[in-house]
Amino acid sequence: MRAVDYVPVRSVEEAVAVLAEHGDRAAPLAGGTDLIAQLKEGHRSIDLIVDVKPIPELMELSYDPAAGLWIGGAVPCHRISRSQVVRRHYPALLDSTTLIGGIQIQGRASLGGNVCNASPAADSVPNLIAHSATCHVAGPQGTRTIPLEAFFVGPGQTVLRPGEFLVGFRLPVPPAHFGAAYLRFIPRNEMDIAVVGAGASVVLSPDGQTVQAARIALGAVAPTPLYVPEAGQALVGQPVTEESIARAAQIARDAARPITDMRGTVAQRKHLAGVLTARALRIAIDRARGTKTVDSLGRLNGHA
Amino acid sequence: MPERKKRMITTTINGEEITFLCEPRQTLLEVLRDELGLTGSKEGCGNGNCGACNVLLDGVLVNACLVLAPEVEGRELVTIEGIAPGGELTLLQQKFLEHAALQCGICTPGFIVAAKALLDENPSPTEHDVRLWLAGNLCRCTGYDKIVRAVLDTAAALQAAQTTPTEVA
Ligand code: FES
Ligand code: FES
Repeated sequence: MRAVDYVPVRSVEEAVAVLAEHGDRAAPLAGGTDLIAQLKEGHRSIDLIVDVKPIPELMELSYDPAAGLWIGGAVPCHRISRSQVVRRHYPALLDSTTLIGGIQIQGRASLGGNVCNASPAADSVPNLIAHSATCHVAGPQGTRTIPLEAFFVGPGQTVLRPGEFLVGFRLPVPPAHFGAAYLRFIPRNEMDIAVVGAGASVVLSPDGQTVQAARIALGAVAPTPLYVPEAGQALVGQPVTEESIARAAQIARDAARPITDMRGTVAQRKHLAGVLTARALRIAIDRARGTKTVDSLGRLNGHA
Repeated sequence: MPERKKRMITTTINGEEITFLCEPRQTLLEVLRDELGLTGSKEGCGNGNCGACNVLLDGVLVNACLVLAPEVEGRELVTIEGIAPGGELTLLQQKFLEHAALQCGICTPGFIVAAKALLDENPSPTEHDVRLWLAGNLCRCTGYDKIVRAVLDTAAALQAAQTTPTEVA
């Protein structure tokens, strides 16, 4: 790694001041699993690493029954996976936090880093969008809140302006009969980059038979993570059936505009977008009902 | 631009308070190996893929090649050198020998540190748990199976020892 300086910052104000002063020659450091690797490989060149982990808000993980869940931008995945409030109120988050890298990567890697690295294939993003996460950003002009689906501009590019950084995420309190899920396809069992990822959430009627709200987002099928509001909209007011799930999956498939690269082709990715959307929806429905009628691949028992 | 000053870092490594001088661009792994002579942690890939550099940072398993040395100020580290106090092999290490879970041995420190972290958190893992937990550790020699057996056998032996009241470890 070429020479660089390091400064730990202890408050949001201090971070903003340092980042604003150094512009794009400085970068915030959370878990470092992307940043340090990129610096070592020479993919990125900066003069100053700004360690934001000493800022209390960045490492805070807390639940408020009115405001919902706060996930500090630098909270590592392993803490989220082991958090009792997350397991209780947002169990589907573990679909992402337990599959990003191996266990030693999860010891450091944060959702804030995953989001700011802005890979179209980021495994936390479709899941967080399904959970209606908003990004809390601080900068020289003050703070602002951005829905996660509006955070991305292109591969590696976000709406963050010079001097701005991500403080953390707010996830609303899940309504009654809420369930969510994230699935990805990779050609092996673990430790790979998603060929396609799909996040889904539903709110069901109290009897579990009708969809009242749904959100669907895809990864690795566009230059940015892709929120597909029309796929969720198509489920609203519909009975929970294979037909309504298939309709939403078809919309997701049509919305996908992937490329062909070393990981997959356009045709394969579009196909996967539909299949994974349907499976993620079935798991989300299952979780919303509090039943266990689908297997770990999201297939309804007795269905292919 | 602030000048790239060397930084004085104080941290606890294997129970001992240690102060070292480092450049901000140095990783924890570089400092352990090149400055402190703790060469048990290995560099396989240097970018977080192989687990040969695994250490425990405040009890959490991390890749030392992806931690900057200045980040460990005031923290507590355990490296492979701190796993066997007094030079006696731990049960886990003995089981690695028994099961021939190493050949060239370069991956072994990383596997031992990772497996210790697993057994500390989950004393009775399934085979799936072990394979999943060790998915971030690469071994070019053994084909993994012997490593998985060694860890499962360690867990079984520790469990058996726990239910035998005379053999309190
Ligand atoms: S050397 Fe650190 S993960 Fe390979
Ligand atoms: S024993 Fe040689 S790499 Fe594992």
